[in-house]
Amino acid sequence: MSSLDDLYRRVIMDHYQNPRNRGTFDDALTINMNNPTCGDRIQLQLKIEDGIVVDARFVGEGCSISMASASMMTEAIKGQKVDEALKMADLFSRMMKGEDVEEELDELDLGDIEALSGVCKFPARIKCATLAWKAMQKGVSEPEETK
Amino acid sequence: MNVKEIRKLFPILDEKVNGHSLVYLDSAATSQKPLQVIEAIENYYRKHNSNVHRGVHTLGNLATDEFEGAREKVRKFINAKETAEVIFTRGTTTSLNTVAYGYARKFLKAGDEIVITQVEHHSNLIPWQQAAKATGATLKYIPLQADGTISLEAAEQTITPNTKLVAMGYVSNVLGSINPVKEVAAIVHRYGGVMVVDGAQGAPHIKVDVQDLDCDFFAFSGHKMAGPTGVGVLYGKRDLLEKMDPMEFGGEMIDFVELYDSTWKELPWKFEGGTPVIAGAIGLGAAIDFIESIGMDNIRAHEQKLVNYAMEQMNAIEGMTIYGPKERSGLVTFNIEGVHPHDVATVLDTFGIAVRAGHHCAQPLMRWLNVSATARASFYIYNNEEDVDALVQGLLKTKEYFGNVFS
Repeated sequence: MSSLDDLYRRVIMDHYQNPRNRGTFDDALTINMNNPTCGDRIQLQLKIEDGIVVDARFVGEGCSISMASASMMTEAIKGQKVDEALKMADLFSRMMKGEDVEEELDELDLGDIEALSGVCKFPARIKCATLAWKAMQKGVSEPEETK
Repeated sequence: MNVKEIRKLFPILDEKVNGHSLVYLDSAATSQKPLQVIEAIENYYRKHNSNVHRGVHTLGNLATDEFEGAREKVRKFINAKETAEVIFTRGTTTSLNTVAYGYARKFLKAGDEIVITQVEHHSNLIPWQQAAKATGATLKYIPLQADGTISLEAAEQTITPNTKLVAMGYVSNVLGSINPVKEVAAIVHRYGGVMVVDGAQGAPHIKVDVQDLDCDFFAFSGHKMAGPTGVGVLYGKRDLLEKMDPMEFGGEMIDFVELYDSTWKELPWKFEGGTPVIAGAIGLGAAIDFIESIGMDNIRAHEQKLVNYAMEQMNAIEGMTIYGPKERSGLVTFNIEGVHPHDVATVLDTFGIAVRAGHHCAQPLMRWLNVSATARASFYIYNNEEDVDALVQGLLKTKEYFGNVFS
């Protein structure tokens, strides 16, 4: 099951079973997003101060890939500038499209998220991996509408 | 019935998927197509392609004969009184919306009730939600029993003299349950309301007799019964269809067109604006010939055998939850404890096994089941016990795989 092992790496399963930053804030920028074709849903909350993502939490329901990706994403963006977080989202999105981003990864550390690179071989699962990232992009791009 | 011979007629079953022979267990989403259907469509495009009901020329007549011949096949298949009651549509969704627009929105008003169930597929739920909003009618749900089935007592209690329309699936696409549509139709009629049956999961698997069911409308799709995508049927009783408005206006459906008003063609063409789905209807006609040559009772018995065999083996797997009643159509919706259905479907796919995972276009039912998603294996005439064995082996491997990565 080597292709499956590419998809379900141990680090992904670890994030799925022991999600980081799972929970809610009483008062934070809140973004709800779902994947209407399969029912996955996420509520992402961001605390942004002076253009920096100082904290992030999420709750949601979904498959191992969508929940692990959310866990990893919150870890990766915490402490980052908003435009840096958006750059990461762009890089991740291109990684999912199967683009060669190895050189860029040297400059921009996505942390555990690089373990999701195997997802691009499973086209049906790419939208699972990108759900949390899309929520983050939506949140920081149009904060006035989603607050 | 000889499944081995039937399988030879479905070329797609020779395909390899991820290095394995295809095990197709997603027929409730769409069925595969036999050579007879593929060839009927090809033959039309190669030899008779022409528009219908228009030209004087030979091909136009041939195409019209084939198209209207398919309508007669459908009429016989569902035992409608006359072909005027058989309307070709794009599929079940369009058929149901045609009733929601042409009937419900025209005749319902505030104080009236529309009654449905929480088991419904979105296509038999949202059109009524919207019709209720547009007319001020009240939308009511018949409460479900513990196994998701509908009791006549609950139907009796929900349907009242104010109920003008009841819409119900013949067979649930999630639970496989077969609903008592004939009995419910009798209750609705007592109060003068109409009965709409979503037959998408019924027509491919169970003998349908619209006169015996005494339903007022019956909707189904071609592509779930060995026919092509893009074609479906709306059956309606003549007197109701006569007083309904068409949903689409344009060519083909008109009688006289004046500058400020127009009149419509007679039934069934009043509801078939624009060039109809000619090749699709011809393909559906071929599909009906095909499944009738096997026999609806044989199909039902075969699926019954397979689904019982599958449930027996799946129930033996630890951590397995199967949704719905024991008595059911040929599908099994399930979850394995600790493994999300998308992950189940992905692992099965690496073995060439195609199952559906998600909410199956039935979000309110998922909520009732208290799950966000489920996996579903569904059977048809070409499936055999080896397919079930492959599924069960695949599920055991899925459990083993996730057991390992979690350890």
